[in-house]
Amino acid sequence: MLDLYRPGASPLHRLSPGPKLLAMMLCGTALFLVESLPLVAAALILTLGLYRLAGLPLRLAAAQLRPLAVILVIFFALQYWLSGPLLAAFVVTRLAALILLASLVTLTTRASDMIDTITAALALLRPLGVNPAKVGLAISLALRFIPVLGQITAEVREAQKTRGLERSVIATALPVAIRTLKMADDISDAIEARGYDPRA
Amino acid sequence: MDTRSIVYIALFAALTAALGLMPPISFAGLALPPISAQSLGVMLAGAIAGARRGGFAMLLFIALVAIGLPLLSGGRGGFGVFAGASGGFLVAWPISAAVIGWLIGRRGTSPLRLATSIAIGGILVMYAIGIPWMAVVAKLPLSKAVMIMAAYVPGDLVKVAIATIVTRGIRRAYPAL
Repeated sequence: MLDLYRPGASPLHRLSPGPKLLAMMLCGTALFLVESLPLVAAALILTLGLYRLAGLPLRLAAAQLRPLAVILVIFFALQYWLSGPLLAAFVVTRLAALILLASLVTLTTRASDMIDTITAALALLRPLGVNPAKVGLAISLALRFIPVLGQITAEVREAQKTRGLERSVIATALPVAIRTLKMADDISDAIEARGYDPRA
Repeated sequence: MDTRSIVYIALFAALTAALGLMPPISFAGLALPPISAQSLGVMLAGAIAGARRGGFAMLLFIALVAIGLPLLSGGRGGFGVFAGASGGFLVAWPISAAVIGWLIGRRGTSPLRLATSIAIGGILVMYAIGIPWMAVVAKLPLSKAVMIMAAYVPGDLVKVAIATIVTRGIRRAYPAL
């Protein structure tokens, strides 16, 4: 399955997802309450230490920040101009620490383990009318639909190409949408025809 | 919730993920930031699937992103994206889709009303949550955050137009919706 998980055997990998998520949320909140540059910088260094503990190269940590490099530079420049270098460094360091910390959970936890944890946690919400089995069905269906949608889009594009319409967004989007809705209706009928009962 | 609703929720979550695979379109050269097709998924979910299904579809989508699937455009995913500056926009998606569905349910589907409902939910509601979030995360004054986001409005208006045309076409082909 498509996943950002990096296999490993470190203590961070072995920790179950529940405590890891909880710890991440607590640290993330703490980072927002802290208002000092040295503390935030310490948090960033500590997070990088955790990457080493997880056996992940620091190169990978840098890769987590790369998609955000442009926005980090923009923020740094704006803050520098608005309120000086200290606050600029603070904001960018805090943002980097937060992103690295959150990515660390993702990198050391399998998506399937995360889904299991979430489904188990959802059982607690049962009194509120949440049905974990239905949520589980929705998750698996969504993951199955993604490649199917790609395939349908490719087919419709090819068909529209023969009509010279491959550059029209609407001429592609509309048939794709109608075909997928039809598919969704067929799948609902198929699920019900097999006597699916999510209450069981 | 019936089976059909569950399938629709999964479908619109998957549609939003599939839209993220499309390369971001940049027009007007470098004057405007490139726009990703992904927020079109939010508009379509609300406009086609309705408030409840659309809202839950987007909730499912951001849950899948949170557990670490690289479904956002550019292959991003995991909790990090919520900690980032644009995290508020992501959190706004379920609310946005639900508002669009609710407005359309109340105001009807004439072309003008459809377009304004999609614009209110897909732009106003989204920015109302995303911009203050960005201001807090980046410690920017609200006015500066608004300035940054103003550059995205033209692209979002294009998406509103596409969502309106697609929704009208689908409602004609699929009157049962």
